Amino acid sequence: MTIDTMPMSKALNAGLRKAMEDDPRVLLMGEDIGRLGGVFRITEHLQRDFGDRRVLDTPLAESGIVGTAIGLAMAGFRPVIEIQFDGFVFPAFDQITTQLAKLTNRHEGALSMPVVIRIPYGGHIGAVEHHQESPEAYFTHTPGLRVVSPSTPNDAYWMIQEAIRSNDPVIFLEPKSRYWQKGEVDLEASALPLHASRIVRRGSDVSLVGHGAMVTTLLQAAALAEAEGTSCEVVDVRSLSPVDYGPILDSVRSTGRMVYAQEAPGHTSVGSEIAATVMERAFYALEAPVLRVSGFDTPFPPAKLEGTYLPDADRILEAVDRSLAY
Amino acid sequence: MTPIEAPLVRVLADDGSYAPSADAERYLPLIDALTDAELEQFYRDMVVIRAIDTQATNLQRQGQLALWPPSRGQEAAQVGSARAARAHDTLFPSYREHVVTRIRGVDPLDIIRVMRGTSHGGWNPADARNGNTRIYTLVLGSQTLHAAGYAMGLSFDGRTGTGDVERDEAVVVYYGDGASSQGDVHEAMVFAASYDAPVLFFLQNNHWAISVPVETQSKVPLVGRGAGYGIPSVRVDGNDVLASYAVSRTLLDEARSGLGPRAIEAVTYRMGAHTTSDDPTKYRGSDEEQRWAQRDPIARMRAFLEGRGASASVFDDVDAEAADAAEDLRARAVTLTSPERSLIFDHVYSDPHPLMAEQKKWLNDYEASFEGSAS
Ligand SMILES: Cc1ncc(C[n+]2csc(CCOP(=O)(O)OP(=O)(O)O)c2C)c(N)n1
Repeated sequence: MTIDTMPMSKALNAGLRKAMEDDPRVLLMGEDIGRLGGVFRITEHLQRDFGDRRVLDTPLAESGIVGTAIGLAMAGFRPVIEIQFDGFVFPAFDQITTQLAKLTNRHEGALSMPVVIRIPYGGHIGAVEHHQESPEAYFTHTPGLRVVSPSTPNDAYWMIQEAIRSNDPVIFLEPKSRYWQKGEVDLEASALPLHASRIVRRGSDVSLVGHGAMVTTLLQAAALAEAEGTSCEVVDVRSLSPVDYGPILDSVRSTGRMVYAQEAPGHTSVGSEIAATVMERAFYALEAPVLRVSGFDTPFPPAKLEGTYLPDADRILEAVDRSLAY
Repeated sequence: MTPIEAPLVRVLADDGSYAPSADAERYLPLIDALTDAELEQFYRDMVVIRAIDTQATNLQRQGQLALWPPSRGQEAAQVGSARAARAHDTLFPSYREHVVTRIRGVDPLDIIRVMRGTSHGGWNPADARNGNTRIYTLVLGSQTLHAAGYAMGLSFDGRTGTGDVERDEAVVVYYGDGASSQGDVHEAMVFAASYDAPVLFFLQNNHWAISVPVETQSKVPLVGRGAGYGIPSVRVDGNDVLASYAVSRTLLDEARSGLGPRAIEAVTYRMGAHTTSDDPTKYRGSDEEQRWAQRDPIARMRAFLEGRGASASVFDDVDAEAADAAEDLRARAVTLTSPERSLIFDHVYSDPHPLMAEQKKWLNDYEASFEGSAS
């Protein structure tokens, strides 16, 4: 067993490197990902080691990056794209939703689209406008796309490799505030499958469910709740489309209560979908309605207000109290 | 200079006489090398597709198709470029390139499948019978990026630029004057130029984007766009199949030899409606239509062939083939039935997906619940 401790950024870099070694058809494309190694250094040294035809510093054009990646996939490559920041994926939204997501369907299965789109997403880094958003619902709403988000370095290392191996397009959402958080990575024993959700902390009173950076916040909330005598279970959804409901429902059936937390605005969000499904499938197990804690239905605010906007452990605990009050 | 007046490569005058323009000089050896059989094939391609196109329009009028985008008037631009491509080249059509696809081997019925609503794609480009022809794209300009990316892939794989034209691959992508305003076309030209991708951008300027005239897309001839990207570009008379052929062949061979992308503006005219849902009398005058009717690419080529002494039997033979093809298409089109309902779920993903399996089962159970109940 080879276990290394590293931050998520390094785990992603190692995972990308491994995928490129394993399959010569994998190539990376994006803005500033070559010589610079990306603004978050996720692709550091990969161009040096694999050359500029496997790690492409592309022209500055998001639709162009995704559109040409589609053509490269048609020519037998497995492109992995980096979108520099969450707020800049929208120029490529057309190519992602009308082309990438639909081409397999339009070819009646005769064409696969193994393209991965990596997007650093979410707040907590005090950045300026367009650099802190959570666009996951746009993509989970689109049939043909798979959407995942790791919350730990180990997951990041394995999930990026599985995403690249997938024959379908994968939107790979990287919680950028967790890039520097260290964790253990088991470089040999592969982790859960790409689309599995996972119970990360056991508890008996309330199920706290979420994805990405919010998983860390849920664990903080659970620790605080424990000090007050409430036992919270924490579930990391990991895959936002498709969702693996098994562990989520198991958890809710044992606790009878659920709080979903996310950074994204709550209206028509991933949390809304999961809450609705849990109510459909585990109605009789519920002691209280499923509650959602989320960003407000507003644009992401100026960074000095992000602490107010983003759900923190206190807002999650407030929801826990409300749930227990039923 | 208005867009229509800018110089262009033309070999045949409107009346079909051989009258090369000054810009045509360098391409003439390619035309001189064409055999009678090849020249007749160009004509045959154009006449047969026009009959198929007319038949499809009629089928739509009779309620057999949801929509049809006619290609009437644009046959020469399409035939010239498609015949110029080599068998190993890959073609990315937009949605009006009916004769391009037919030349590559795609069964016109496969286009009908899309327009009748039994398929979203129509054909499998990986099937050798379809001659490396990608499926139609309805989102304007999207396919230019796919073509640029595909051409980048050819060059990364060393499948182009070795100096052997019989082996080196290239790409042709078709789009319209309206589509030329889309950002994707701009981005495709940037990518293609940056990576020396072997792609020929083939713009059919048919003067109208539905009801919007080409002047709204560009104040200068569209051929001028390429220069800004460092893409050598040529303007051809798109109603002259010989000009379209010779320029396409030349630029494609330049692109495949490693010189980078090339672009053509084929100046042509959509003689009919944009689609069967359109009424062109609302936005353009019949005088304009009549003026362009004098430049009909088929009449022009026929006059040229007659001038060379082609026998009447050639034309009779082509007409008979066209009538047969149209009749055959009708007979098969009306028999197309709805696909199995499982098609809804079957190819959304390549790898297994639980939500698809779940919803497919739900629908099957739901449908089954009605079976056996008296209706
Ligand atoms: C992105 C996009 N916007 C709008 C449309 C609707 N539309 C279909 S064809 C068309 C005009 C296209 O004109 P042009 O590119 O000149 O091609 P033509 O139809 O004349 O061959 C429009 C506006 C579309 N298909 N895609």
